[in-house]
Amino acid sequence: MSEVTDRIERKIVLKAPLARVWRAISNAEEFGAWFGVALKGQHFVAGQRVRGPITYPGYEHIIFDVDVIEMVTEKLLSFRWHPYPADLNYDYSQEPTTLVEFKLSEIDGGTLVKVVESGFDQVPVARRLEAFRMNSGGWDGQMKNIEQYVSAKVSA
Amino acid sequence: MSVQKSVLKEPGSSAPIFAALGDETRLRLIAVLCVSGAVSIAQLTSGTDISRQAVTKHLLVLAEAGLVRDFKAGRERLWEFEPTKLDAARHSLDVIARQWDHALNKLKMTVEE
Repeated sequence: MSEVTDRIERKIVLKAPLARVWRAISNAEEFGAWFGVALKGQHFVAGQRVRGPITYPGYEHIIFDVDVIEMVTEKLLSFRWHPYPADLNYDYSQEPTTLVEFKLSEIDGGTLVKVVESGFDQVPVARRLEAFRMNSGGWDGQMKNIEQYVSAKVSA
Repeated sequence: MSVQKSVLKEPGSSAPIFAALGDETRLRLIAVLCVSGAVSIAQLTSGTDISRQAVTKHLLVLAEAGLVRDFKAGRERLWEFEPTKLDAARHSLDVIARQWDHALNKLKMTVEE
């Protein structure tokens, strides 16, 4: 296993209190609002599965489907999922999953959120390439959306 | 650099790969080549309803993006998956990483309102 190919790590500083950020991540409905998945009435609970359709334009055919692993209040939410499950006719249940961890910590003036997704080395190369299909055609739209969010400050 | 800036700064090198793989047939071809090793166009089309001409066209697009290459083996021309496993893995992680950047930006918009 190599660090370079097995994991993705992203950090972002949010100018918002830890409690607010934790709610946006740990409350499934709120999570769904910014992540772009319909999770109305659902809850993230360790050991339970949460499913819902992606609401992001162009990706509505994809189902967000995670097994919640761990929840530590205001510190950690982790779940396992199948990376880029773009093909509805394909049964992903036997394929290896990746682990997604949201790690929160309080910092001066806000909250630091670290996202780590790991386990990619277990995913076959051919499957990894499906990431491109999920992205193809969608990327320009994503960029536009980001610009819109940035300029208009419209939240999802 | 802020996450937002890193999202907006599109590394140009991946663009042809995105385009080349943004087609279901080509993605399937790559998937086949990944597991089969070097194969001929006849082998690629056997058992499918796709024409040799169509496959050739798709392979040329993939070759242009540096994802496959062809070579002569005796009288046959064979095609194989080009990038090392590491390259493919890196590229796919780039894509996923950008999706995370995008998601985290939306989280930022939400909680900083």
